[in-house]
Amino acid sequence: MRVGLFIPCYVDQFYPQVGIATLHLLEKYGCEVAYPPNQTCCGQPMANSGFEHLTQGCNDLFIRNFSEFEYIVCPSGSCTLHIKDHLHGSHEGPGDGAEGVRKKIYELVEFLTDVLKVENIDASFPHRVGVHQSCHGQRGLKLSQMTELMAPPFSKPEKLLKMVKGIELIDLGRKDECCGFGGTFCVAEEAVSVKMGKDRVADHLQHGAEYITGADMSCLMHLEGILRRQKSPVQVKHIAEILDSKE
Amino acid sequence: MAQDHAHLATEFNKDEPRVDWHDKTLWFIREKRDKAAGRVPEWEWLRDTASAIKENVLSHLSEYLVQFEEQAGRNGVVVHWAADAEEHNEIVYGLLKKHGVDKMVKSKSMLTEECHLNEFLSEHGVEVIDTDLGERVVQLAGEPPSHIVLPCIHKKKEEIGEIFHEHLGTPAGNADPQFLTHAARLHLREKFITRRVALTGVNFAVAETGEFVVCTNEGNADMGAHLADVHIACMGIEKLIPLRQHLGVFLRLLTRSATGQPITTYSSHFKQPRPGQEMHIVLVDNGRSVHLGRKDFRNSLKCIRCAACFNTCPVYRRSGGHSYHTAVAGPIGSILSPNLDMKKYSDLPFASTLCGSCSNVCPVKIDIHEQLYKWRQVIVQDGNAPVSKTMAMKTMNWVLSNPSVYHTAGKAGRWFMGKVPFTVNNGLNPWYKQRDMPEVPKESFGEWYKRNRK
Amino acid sequence: MSSRDKILGVIRANQPEGKSLPSVTLPEAGGVTDPAKGDMTDTARQFIEVLEAIGGRAFIVSGWERIATIIKEEYTQQHRIVSGCKELARMAEVRDRYEDPHELENVDLAILEAHFGVAENGACWITEDRMIERALPFITQNLALVIHKKDVVPHMHAAYERIGQAVYGFGTFIAGPSKTADIEQSLVLGAHGPCSMTVFLIDEELSDAGFY
Repeated sequence: MRVGLFIPCYVDQFYPQVGIATLHLLEKYGCEVAYPPNQTCCGQPMANSGFEHLTQGCNDLFIRNFSEFEYIVCPSGSCTLHIKDHLHGSHEGPGDGAEGVRKKIYELVEFLTDVLKVENIDASFPHRVGVHQSCHGQRGLKLSQMTELMAPPFSKPEKLLKMVKGIELIDLGRKDECCGFGGTFCVAEEAVSVKMGKDRVADHLQHGAEYITGADMSCLMHLEGILRRQKSPVQVKHIAEILDSKE
Repeated sequence: MAQDHAHLATEFNKDEPRVDWHDKTLWFIREKRDKAAGRVPEWEWLRDTASAIKENVLSHLSEYLVQFEEQAGRNGVVVHWAADAEEHNEIVYGLLKKHGVDKMVKSKSMLTEECHLNEFLSEHGVEVIDTDLGERVVQLAGEPPSHIVLPCIHKKKEEIGEIFHEHLGTPAGNADPQFLTHAARLHLREKFITRRVALTGVNFAVAETGEFVVCTNEGNADMGAHLADVHIACMGIEKLIPLRQHLGVFLRLLTRSATGQPITTYSSHFKQPRPGQEMHIVLVDNGRSVHLGRKDFRNSLKCIRCAACFNTCPVYRRSGGHSYHTAVAGPIGSILSPNLDMKKYSDLPFASTLCGSCSNVCPVKIDIHEQLYKWRQVIVQDGNAPVSKTMAMKTMNWVLSNPSVYHTAGKAGRWFMGKVPFTVNNGLNPWYKQRDMPEVPKESFGEWYKRNRK
Repeated sequence: MSSRDKILGVIRANQPEGKSLPSVTLPEAGGVTDPAKGDMTDTARQFIEVLEAIGGRAFIVSGWERIATIIKEEYTQQHRIVSGCKELARMAEVRDRYEDPHELENVDLAILEAHFGVAENGACWITEDRMIERALPFITQNLALVIHKKDVVPHMHAAYERIGQAVYGFGTFIAGPSKTADIEQSLVLGAHGPCSMTVFLIDEELSDAGFY
């Protein structure tokens, strides 16, 4: 199974360990993984700011980098969703390469549960962990059931985390409230963004989290910024790091 | 733009305990909504059905309007058409003049807020008394409603006690909701008894029968309408539904979504004026017919004004209704308002993290968060983005489209620190104000990969 | 061109291609169920539970005699009692109409016969022919509605099926006393309309033992 590894720009730059853990996991489950070196970004920061019309360069580059693979896997629900929903080629229509890419991109968690059908994970992480449901992964990719809908519950991230030895998942007051990152929202609406982040952090702290995890590093980066400013010992860890952990 | 959402929200956030209180109050309503919806096994079917009915309405709106007009006329109701807010206000004022009346009671109508009817009538010497308790509170306070279902949700009971003390003469310092509500009951009962004209909004209008339904908990719409000689009902043209039996679907959804009640206390079906009474309906367009032509945005006209999207919105809860500087705030207001004035409301589609919770609670399944995204594109392409932002975006795009530039610029976070996605304004870094920056690693993933694989 | 024609013209130009109406027949798992409360097939019981939860109260009674007794016992402070039910003529003011709805300003209790109740939300459907005056159910300080116990439909779809093409000038669903939570979400009963709302459910099969 040839898998193209898509590491979002901010993960590449700030959280290389998340990329490494993702690579380890995919290799561990027998994937033949390649990381196209010329990749940059999915274009979401521009598009969500209203500049989708400027992202053709990013789109073309993405299609060039990833067309050849059977699957594309990315440790970010948000970037995956953006590609799925908004990637388009220079020439609209079939054969522009975009459609194929949109169909074969997977966020890491859904790739593990839905494609690789992982039932066992050889990992241990003996800590109290709170799961942050990032909105784009949850409501966009449906990684877990949304509290707004009157439908049976499920959670792909939690299903995987429960296979990790020693881990204790905590409950939260608000299971799937947005953390307030929101791309450029985090600076354009700084006051509300920070308040949302503080409230999310408080929910995890009140319920005794030692770690906050999730499938999107951008949300975790935002929560980490707040935790560090509060001098909290609580840390954030991408779900790939926990699934690849041997403590 | 005088003050945009971000600035007004920053002001609101200066009082953090108040933000917490506002957030919790509204979240409590969201939870009540969840409980009420959870008791209906076919909830999602109801949403699908309501959405499909409204899609049908939008696709046959002209036919339904004509049918409604005919039926209402046959029922003895006078139907008026208003192309815009100004014409709506003139029609209402004309009816008041005709009857030589300069005082009226009004129950909740967000449409009249949208048309600024109160200000217009007040300039023409007409006294309007808002009879919904929450609306009366904000009216006495000289403020617009901050929420379409709970107009004074931003006010604490102590503040309402003060307002009532000043305007209604209640004892200073009494902030007991029971007491204050009773004081308002007495104050407004006198108005109901003495006013000859009552204006109400409309929740649903049935094309098949020409009747319209008004839902309240307080009974204020009925108190006004049944005691007045003239009942004026104002409605946006999108409030139509085809058949009476469709009310079953919408009344099951409306209040459960809005407040978590199984139904409002009163769901009143007005079909004919009572003997000796005049009944008027004003059908108001005010941009709706144009909005109907916007393929990506038209289905926001399905909205039944339940405000579930307000209550669930993490941004609304932490910025307050007034930060949206428009009659209909919250997520739905953020996609409706740019249709009325794209420049004035160009900030609103950006007042969201696109978390998508709004679309999930919407009883008529409006794709609110997707429309927020699409409005951003339209607003930017229409030239409403600040030049600095456009420049920053162009730079970002250039870097991200060119791997070689990205790799030199981005060597382990250095370029990122300055540019993506934190400081597109290139001003002081708003990220750092209340958050630490991530630590810069020794090497990027790309660099690690080059050393460790191949 | 009139505003009417202008508006309709723009709408005709802009409305999307016709979309068909969905069926509003309830899927199989219909009705409102609360797993915590077991069997919900007893619509009258569910009606009463919901009505009580929204601030109303209910009495299952054997007939009008029993209603009259309960009213005498329960409403001792209510001086002006108006009713549309001739069965209560001995204890209430029963008239066909009033010259002016304002004459009802000081009614303490109104007792009216409604058409049916709705189990899922505790509402009763009543049309103006049973209200004496449209204003009455709203202006009265206290409201009592009478229905037959067999006339409780499970949900609003059934309610509208039952209403069908009925002809009325005004009709309303009333669910509990008037209320507001506009002040800090504190629920207060008695906003502008009645401060209390009672429903009598007549069960003809009930003996006159008088339990309620």
